[in-house]
Amino acid sequence: MVPVSYYLVLSAVLFGLGVIGFLVKRNIITIFMCIELMLNAVNLAFVAFAHAWEALSGHIYVFFVIVIAAAEAAVGLAIIIVIFRNRGSLNVERINFLKW
Amino acid sequence: MLDLVWLLPLVPLLPLAGAALLGLRGRQWSRGEVNLVGVGSAGLSFGAAIAAAVTFFQLPLTEIPWKFDYFTWLEAGRFQVQASFYLDQLSLLMMLVVTGVGFLIHVYSIGYMHHEGGYYRFFAYLNLFMFFMLLLVLAGNYVLLFVGWEGVGLCSYLLIGFYFLRESASNAGKKAFIVNRIGDFGFTLALLLIFWTFGSLEYTNVFAGASVMPAEPGDWSQAGVLTAISLLLFTGAIGKSAQLPLYVWLPDAMEGPTPVSALIHAATMVAAGVYMVARSNILFAHAPFALATVAVIGCLTAYFPATIALVQNDIKRVLAYSTVSQLGYMFLGLGAGAFAAGIFHLMTHAFFKALLFLGAGSVIHAMNGQQDIRKMGGLWPKIRATAATFWIAALAIAGAPLFSGFFSKDEILWQTFTSPTLRIGKLLWLLGLIAATMTAFYMFRLVFLTFHGEGRYTPETAKHIHESPRTMTRPLIVLALLSVVGGWVGIPAALGERVHIPNYLEHFLEPVFAGANQLRPAAMPHAHSEELGFMGLTTLLALAGFAVAYSFYIRNPELANQLAHTFRALYQVLVNKYYVDEIYHAVIVRPMHWLSDRVFWQAFDVGIVDGAVNGAAARAQEMGAWLRRWQSGNTRSYGTWVALGALAALTYFLFGQP
Amino acid sequence: MGADVILFFFFGGLAVLGALSLVIQRHPIHSALSLILVMASLAVLYLLLGAEFIAAIQIIVYAGAIMVLFVFVIMLLNAGEEEQTNLSRVTRYIGLPVATALLAEMGWLLYRAWPGDVGVVPDRLVGRTSAVGHMLFKEYVLPFELTSVVILIAIIGAIVLAKKEL
Repeated sequence: MVPVSYYLVLSAVLFGLGVIGFLVKRNIITIFMCIELMLNAVNLAFVAFAHAWEALSGHIYVFFVIVIAAAEAAVGLAIIIVIFRNRGSLNVERINFLKW
Repeated sequence: MLDLVWLLPLVPLLPLAGAALLGLRGRQWSRGEVNLVGVGSAGLSFGAAIAAAVTFFQLPLTEIPWKFDYFTWLEAGRFQVQASFYLDQLSLLMMLVVTGVGFLIHVYSIGYMHHEGGYYRFFAYLNLFMFFMLLLVLAGNYVLLFVGWEGVGLCSYLLIGFYFLRESASNAGKKAFIVNRIGDFGFTLALLLIFWTFGSLEYTNVFAGASVMPAEPGDWSQAGVLTAISLLLFTGAIGKSAQLPLYVWLPDAMEGPTPVSALIHAATMVAAGVYMVARSNILFAHAPFALATVAVIGCLTAYFPATIALVQNDIKRVLAYSTVSQLGYMFLGLGAGAFAAGIFHLMTHAFFKALLFLGAGSVIHAMNGQQDIRKMGGLWPKIRATAATFWIAALAIAGAPLFSGFFSKDEILWQTFTSPTLRIGKLLWLLGLIAATMTAFYMFRLVFLTFHGEGRYTPETAKHIHESPRTMTRPLIVLALLSVVGGWVGIPAALGERVHIPNYLEHFLEPVFAGANQLRPAAMPHAHSEELGFMGLTTLLALAGFAVAYSFYIRNPELANQLAHTFRALYQVLVNKYYVDEIYHAVIVRPMHWLSDRVFWQAFDVGIVDGAVNGAAARAQEMGAWLRRWQSGNTRSYGTWVALGALAALTYFLFGQP
Repeated sequence: MGADVILFFFFGGLAVLGALSLVIQRHPIHSALSLILVMASLAVLYLLLGAEFIAAIQIIVYAGAIMVLFVFVIMLLNAGEEEQTNLSRVTRYIGLPVATALLAEMGWLLYRAWPGDVGVVPDRLVGRTSAVGHMLFKEYVLPFELTSVVILIAIIGAIVLAKKEL
């Protein structure tokens, strides 16, 4: 029998890897994918807790996370396309408008 | 029965109303309407003053001095100042002189200012001046007196600088106000000391308190608070009444219209200092050192400006220096302990000096603005009324027997010589005597150069010469009359006992100076013949002055110029007024300018204040500039900071919780 | 050692490997494929936890739609290998250590919170579609309806943003 905490640790590891990827990578799309990874890790944690507490609402939350992740991905990628059209590069360090 | 409670305030308030009306509405009025309000208020004020005088004489002796507190004006803890009026013989006399002479000058101004612009403004200021001067004279405490004091200074500034578009005039106005201010500083310190010593500034309280204090020694190293108060009060008088060393504003004040010179700088405002010292006679009597100082400064002021007047060529300047000199006489009299004599001279001086100035104004009016006496001459046949009244005034000031100046000036000189309190009385007398001789000389020099001899004016001016209108000559005649009979109220006993005429003025003013006279050590009795001898001496010397002037300017016109040429250096010094203005400018004005510019402005205001303010702003800007570099726009760096923050929070909740 | 344990470790390891690959790979398409691997592994793990509906949704929506979208965009933009710029000094020096520390701390925290006595029992909770559907249309009907609005907004946004001319 696998303790629930193992699932949680796995979730933490995946989340942490997502953070590492977010900080280390330079391609916008890759960074976006790391965000998706983090969301997945959180989903895993939700499901694990739902199982541990026998609460089905955990699944509902996961459902909504997925829905929102989908919407976010669509819009985000659209934005990335626009940025690529304007800047010609997908290097996040070249997209530094949010500054003085 | 007229009640002084409401009658007396009318005297100052009527001119105030006049000033207010003229100030607010006068611009739209015609000459006639301005005259009605401006001169009318002065006239009504004079009428009210006469009525007040009549009422005063009907008061029982126990009610004199008459005092009434109208309301509490200032109140702060123990400090309280009432709005109170104080009427005794002294203030009654002053009130009559101010309103009387003032009214005559108002009438004169109708004619004199007829061609000038700003007609309503002139009368507004003149009325305002009357208000403040009357407030000064009728005040029942030192604070209200100071209000009037400052107010007449303000009006003096406004009127001296009446032709404000002329730079010399506005400068003169500023000079008058600023120099006065220096004296006022001393006056304010005196007020503080008075309050500190007596706990009140009301005359009744102060004088009652002073009368029970011991007299202070005449040695200045042991002087006490009364000496300090007296000296500080006198510094105010030095400024206001143009004594050495603060007299420099008065000659420049001739920039104003001539009626202003007559009223303010001859008859009334400059006399405020004399009045104030006379009013405070109890304080001064307790401080022999202060009195001696007053006498010495008065004497020097009588002497040196007279030397300057000997060689001046502007008709008004001669009269200005003459005014300074005569004011010195008044203070000499006060300083010798002869308060009544000083006030007597104040009164007679008001008459003949006002007459001299108004006459000079008439001459200037006739000469179409020319004021240089070297360009006058031979005017006697053309402007008889002016010339005749001018002669009368000149005789009065020179001390011709039976004219008013004779009695008042001789009284002062005699009292100085015989003063029991002044150790150097005889020396002061001598200087005063020489100054009197010079007075006779320079006055008749003025008369002869202006009215007699050959005319030295241009033909265009000649066409313009005409006698002044009646509004101008009538006041001249009235003043001339007063200059003759004005002295007859103060005939000294030496002369009067023969014809059984007592010294009315001295008796009249006796209650006012009773306290001071009590402290005076008994004078050695002098025979009346001695006094008569002195009178004869002064008369003789005045005659000598007259004769010298006659020979210089009628008989032998070239003699004066030759003398001037021979004693070139001395002449230059005198003509340039001992370079006092230049010395003041170099020693005081320029260092102050430097101080203001370099220290206060550049070092302090720009450097420190602006530096601090701008510096704070610059620091804020620098901090902002430093902070905004953190907004690099680089997402990765932002993300790193977020992660760092999350780590910190997590660590805190894991390990940091107690 | 039960089957669930083996399955857990296998697919868990696969997920971790996929994640590592996502981070390490230089070309975005490789990262995308790695992410798909992660998602697939996670789906299996969901099944292990009894979340049938979620596992299905994960595959259909997440791996099947969203990741396809990613792949399409990568293809569309023809992004090449990543440049190795490193303009941010902060990230260069403390980025990785901080993230690692964060990972370690989270892991430790979550491990400690459940000290191993609660185990995963397959029959404890079965997230059947019908059960989830019941909940969705009863207690959570409002958020459910709102998500339709969200999706509508996302569609409009994506179209408007990516148009060549408005």
